[in-house]
Amino acid sequence: MSEILLNMHGIQKYFPGVHALDNAQLELRAGEVLALIGENGAGKSTLMKILTGIYTKDDGVIELYGKPTEIQSPSHAQQLGISIVHQELNLMQDLTVAENIFVGRESTKGLFLDKKEQNRKTDELLKSLHLNITARTVVKRLTVAQQQMVEIAKALSYNNTKILIMDEPSASLTTAEIEDLFTFIRRLKATGVGIIYISHRMDELKEITDRVTVMRDGQYVDTVNTAETTIDQIVQMMVGRVIFDEPKSHSNVAPDAPVVLEARNLCSDMVKDVSFQLRKGEILGFAGLMGAGRTETMRLLSGADPKTSGQIIVNGKEVKIRRPKDAVQAGIGYLSEDRKRYGLCLGLSVADNTAMASLDSLTSGPFVQDGKIAQVTQEYIQKLRTKTPSGKTLARSLSGGNQQKVVIAKWLLRDCDVLIFDEPTRGIDVGAKSEIYKLMNQLAAEGKSIIMISSELPEILRMSDRVMVMCEGRLTGELDISEATQERIMTYATMR
Amino acid sequence: MDKLGTKKFDLQKLLAPAALVILYILFSIFGNNFFTFDTLKNILESSYYIGFMAFGVTFVIIAGGIDLSIGTVMMCSALLGAYTFKQHDWPLVASLILTVGVGTVFGLLNGGLIAKLKLPPFIATLGTMMMAQGAGSILTKVQSQTWPTATEPVGGWFKPVFIRSELFGAKNFPVGAIWLFAFFIIAALILHKTKFGRYNYAIGSNEEAARLSGINTDNWKVGIYTLCGAFCGMAGIFYAAAYTTITPGTGNGQELNAIAGVVIGGTSMSGGAGSMVGTIIGVFIMSVLKNGLSACGLQAPWQTFFTGLVVIGAVLLDIQRTKAANRVKKG
Repeated sequence: MSEILLNMHGIQKYFPGVHALDNAQLELRAGEVLALIGENGAGKSTLMKILTGIYTKDDGVIELYGKPTEIQSPSHAQQLGISIVHQELNLMQDLTVAENIFVGRESTKGLFLDKKEQNRKTDELLKSLHLNITARTVVKRLTVAQQQMVEIAKALSYNNTKILIMDEPSASLTTAEIEDLFTFIRRLKATGVGIIYISHRMDELKEITDRVTVMRDGQYVDTVNTAETTIDQIVQMMVGRVIFDEPKSHSNVAPDAPVVLEARNLCSDMVKDVSFQLRKGEILGFAGLMGAGRTETMRLLSGADPKTSGQIIVNGKEVKIRRPKDAVQAGIGYLSEDRKRYGLCLGLSVADNTAMASLDSLTSGPFVQDGKIAQVTQEYIQKLRTKTPSGKTLARSLSGGNQQKVVIAKWLLRDCDVLIFDEPTRGIDVGAKSEIYKLMNQLAAEGKSIIMISSELPEILRMSDRVMVMCEGRLTGELDISEATQERIMTYATMR
Repeated sequence: MDKLGTKKFDLQKLLAPAALVILYILFSIFGNNFFTFDTLKNILESSYYIGFMAFGVTFVIIAGGIDLSIGTVMMCSALLGAYTFKQHDWPLVASLILTVGVGTVFGLLNGGLIAKLKLPPFIATLGTMMMAQGAGSILTKVQSQTWPTATEPVGGWFKPVFIRSELFGAKNFPVGAIWLFAFFIIAALILHKTKFGRYNYAIGSNEEAARLSGINTDNWKVGIYTLCGAFCGMAGIFYAAAYTTITPGTGNGQELNAIAGVVIGGTSMSGGAGSMVGTIIGVFIMSVLKNGLSACGLQAPWQTFFTGLVVIGAVLLDIQRTKAANRVKKG
């Protein structure tokens, strides 16, 4: 067994009214990738903030390289060899790779910057990490994955880094880019660096991590060897209950169910001649790789972007959709993958967001009927089991899953019959995920028709009655759920 | 938890009114002849035209925009009203309608430039600010224009109706205050109780999410700027009632007084948050400060200095408040 770099145990942390960490513990060995997982609010970030000196612990011991150590500040943590790569990229887009890596500790010659020296050091570092990037490249010309690597290189440029924390590094990467990242991580761990890897993506854990530490409600649950455990077991540890993730075996939709929505030959810059039908009560999955044109297709359907040609037929009648208002009037509601940017007014209340698309029918004379809005909001909070203190709570303060429910409530109140879910569970933790699934099934059973874009194949197989696969703006395959497998979908998804 | 949260929120809402009352009391103690009916009347009267501009621009700022043209549009409206009344013998009522109309047209122009032609609000209204100033001078041939005084045979009712007259047993009753409060109530109802107001907040909070919810955001934005323009036209009437003579080429800088009032009232410059009550209190805080400092023997430069201080203080307080609110949520 290799050297133990870090041993945190008995860690306590209190916030006003919250016992954030209760006897949390964590052990990291040299040259391993340790997954740290748990639902949102399980205490992962708090524990990492204590490790990086952002918070101070209220009790407990941190043994670093065998010695009990008090970590006083982020810069102290850095001196001790602890680096973190944050989830969001923090690079300055208009500066070069070298300038980003050495920001705040630039090489100087007297009064002036020594760019030559700085670039040389950077190139050396990038080369040692086998990165095919040069020091003089302006960051905004790099892909997201490359930028992620630069962030990691920056963390490692503090030449004593022994412990590297990566907070959801794959969240914004495509499948190919994730492969690059993993290759990189494997090389890194061979040099003896211990890596703490935080992720929501279960499938990745199997591929890249050696051990998994699970947290729940601020407490340590268990640490297991990844190779000796199944994803189901890990998920069960996370939520403390069993979640069934069986694929759907057959479609729940009668073959003669009426067609509620038909797209004929939709075209735009990114969408090439897409045609499909959606039946009443159906969940139609849209699978494909990132950039396959699925979101773009749905933005045409929902009027968010203009189409160059093609027809949209709702309940047998063609509707002209030029702007979102037209789509909403035709009963099409779009739930974006990026709820914060496209779904919600975060600074407004749950009630305001719920009523946003339906104010026309909630107005009497010149005035908005606030009483009625409060009442219907309350109804939907109960129906969807949204966890919020009240309808007056700001949307900003809800968790991802509950924000998603507010967006669903908005479209249900508007009486939309077609709901387009774009990555409905992105950024939502496992427990809330299964609730969203249940809700979608319930909606379909009630006669709503659902289009679901998802990049997670298990999600596609579990939810869809029928699967459409896209690649590079075209529809490349259509599968009934009874004949769909991950392999067949991937074949279509990579069909040029 | 919920109960506590609500209580806290109410306390924050009381901050601006409390500041207004405290200022008033302080000046009453330390100022010369401050606690009099005349001073109160002065405070009200110096709030009229700024108040109307501030009502209008509150809508714009909550929608996430800005309108720099309000000051010169107000002057241009007042100039053209007086010009048509005095030089072209229009009936006073027609000139008053024209005054509001000019403001409305400039508002419509702003809205079109911003919502339809996608100009940034700062640039679009910077342009119309200069255009309004120029247009007023050109159309009046750079001549000062006067509105009728109370003793004039034609239109002598102008001042008594809009600024002060014998009423309720007082010789100089501030009639303008009745107008100000009436339009305050109308503006508050529009902002807080109508669909227009609700969309106003939605656009300021997240315009794209509002658009994707089926709201025709461009059209509503045109409406918001047009309403602001109409309020500036009305501000023109009250400026005229207070100062009688309108000089071409002025009005620059007045917009900043109105915007300062809005900001002191707690409306966020980044949009999506604010209230009409806040705005009227912000405007009153500025005029109490102005009249109070002069009662303490401190003249115009001091008033400007302190107003600046209050603006910075109000915004700092707002930032602290937001920070505190966010901290509570995270914990």
